[in-house]
Amino acid sequence: MSLKTKRLIFGILFSFFFLYTIAVDTIGTSKDDGERWLTEKAKKGKLVFQEYNCTACHQIYGLGGYMGPDLTNVISTPGKGPIYAKAFLQAGSQRMPNFQLSEEKMEELIEFLTYIDKTGISPVKKFKTNFDGTISEATK
Amino acid sequence: MKKEIGIVFIGLAFISLLGGLFFGSLSSFQFVIPGFLDSFPFVKSRPLHVSLVVAWIFLSAIGGIYYFLPKHVKLELYSDKLARIHFWIFLITGVLILTCYFIGKFGGREYWEFPPILSIPIFISWILFGINYFKTIVGKIYHWPIYLWMWATGIFFFFFTFTEAYLWVFPFFRDHIVRDITTQWKAYGALVGSWNMLVYGTAFFIMERISGDKTVAKSKLSFAMYFLGLTNLLFGWAHHIYIVPSAAWIRNVAYLVSMTELIILSKIIWNWRKSLTESVKKFHILPFRFLVASDIWIFINLVLALAISIPAVNIFTHGTHITVAHAMGSTIGINTMVLLASCFYIVQDITKTQFNSLQQKIVKAGFWITNVSLLTFFISLIFAGAEKGQMVIEDKLTFQEIMQHISPYLTVFAFAGIGIFIGLLMVIFPALRAIFRYLRGNA
Ligand code: HEC
Repeated sequence: MSLKTKRLIFGILFSFFFLYTIAVDTIGTSKDDGERWLTEKAKKGKLVFQEYNCTACHQIYGLGGYMGPDLTNVISTPGKGPIYAKAFLQAGSQRMPNFQLSEEKMEELIEFLTYIDKTGISPVKKFKTNFDGTISEATK
Repeated sequence: MKKEIGIVFIGLAFISLLGGLFFGSLSSFQFVIPGFLDSFPFVKSRPLHVSLVVAWIFLSAIGGIYYFLPKHVKLELYSDKLARIHFWIFLITGVLILTCYFIGKFGGREYWEFPPILSIPIFISWILFGINYFKTIVGKIYHWPIYLWMWATGIFFFFFTFTEAYLWVFPFFRDHIVRDITTQWKAYGALVGSWNMLVYGTAFFIMERISGDKTVAKSKLSFAMYFLGLTNLLFGWAHHIYIVPSAAWIRNVAYLVSMTELIILSKIIWNWRKSLTESVKKFHILPFRFLVASDIWIFINLVLALAISIPAVNIFTHGTHITVAHAMGSTIGINTMVLLASCFYIVQDITKTQFNSLQQKIVKAGFWITNVSLLTFFISLIFAGAEKGQMVIEDKLTFQEIMQHISPYLTVFAFAGIGIFIGLLMVIFPALRAIFRYLRGNA
């Protein structure tokens, strides 16, 4: 393989990657079913989530640590909901620390979780697998 | 005489690895025993574990490159001073990051949980590394052997993807959860691919040194495989976000691209047919032995990676310990084995001392303890993950009940982790001693 060919292949791959990156960051991720719930508090709640490293134990869309449950839909799961979630924030549990959060931070976290809940489903329990290994969109 | 900067990196790499293993063992027991050592909670031990082992991978890979370029590729480093500055930035930033974790100051995200301001020195250090690397090799060699390509790719794309991983500081990304998660894991997928480039480049290099065969690193087939690997690095990352509600084509592109790794898989099997007798003959050479182990782990991990790249499988395995098996299997089985091969090669090269027979025995025993423990570790994670995945989809049990069910596997996992810790301790100890002796001696 000549040097020219190698450079050409590399250049093509990188150019495609660059364009692909832009596509993913824009049209690939433009849909946001939770937009209406994206309040200022919810935006702050995300930063609180990072500040206390909730991700060490919790997942959103299955991503994060596994000591605690996935939080994507805790707000809309039957039997759970904002009051239930807040109880954990206030008291912690045997495994979850009590972070001594201020009332404000708890509210921000709850609004953040409410926003996430509206954007989709995780874990996906209802789906159709196709013969080629792909899956069809889930319904709630 | 000035000490080789590469060795300084490797010394620190070993220390990071020991720290990382310690916190890994601690956090795995905290995972299975509620309340275990609550005074130093899991929220701290987990990021300490992750950051220290990531530091091991970077320090040892970078140290190797700084060492091999002048010593064996016969290219004088563009600037030794820049390399030393690189080291100090790494060390100081590292200490600051560890301090943040110790006092519970977070603010970042998975893998980079420290306050985002500390990413700035990391950026700067990679710029310095990049300048040094490219100034050292560009224009000096016309036909770069494959490892020079791979190292260059690793450095370049690490910088690119690390930048991408920090796009969340802009509200356009941060305030849109689907976009945020998608770019985050797009970046992470390619970022891990980038450090793999550094590691695989190192593997190629060591193999060439041991076999004395310089044609492989320039062969057409090697380059074809390299470009295939690069394509996967760039486009095959989406198995992390199959269930995130972003556009379906993101999922399909990744699925399609990932399946091309079947070609890599077949090539590995094909190679084994040819090289088996050779491997048996050279197995007594320490660095070679680690490379053989990494080869087997590449095979195992590739099979798993292929499986979880199929959306219909991923839906069960995502968010379970199978993902942990995927991550640990590759970072320990592949990255650590290759990097140990490199470190042992360098330590023997620089200290000119062959390890005595007792030391060799300890290292070899450690090698086996590590690999057998890792296999146990890996299998228990697969079982835990498969059960969890199945039970989550069935949706009959609560989270606590599911965790109760898989807890026996996780107990095995935690003990196997201790096995890995002990095994690697036995492997590292003689090498670390040799490094310290070198750093203290004939100054
Ligand atoms: C050390 C691990 C850990 C950390 C850190 C942690 N949690 Fe938890 N959390 C848990 C565990 C474990 C549970 C499940 C209850 C149990 O088994 O004790 C839980 C339960 C919850 C629940 C109830 C979920 C459900 O579906 O039942 C919510 C909500 C929650 N945590 C939110 C948070 C938030 C927000 C943070 C960050 C401020 C956080 N957690 C940090 C471990 C943790």
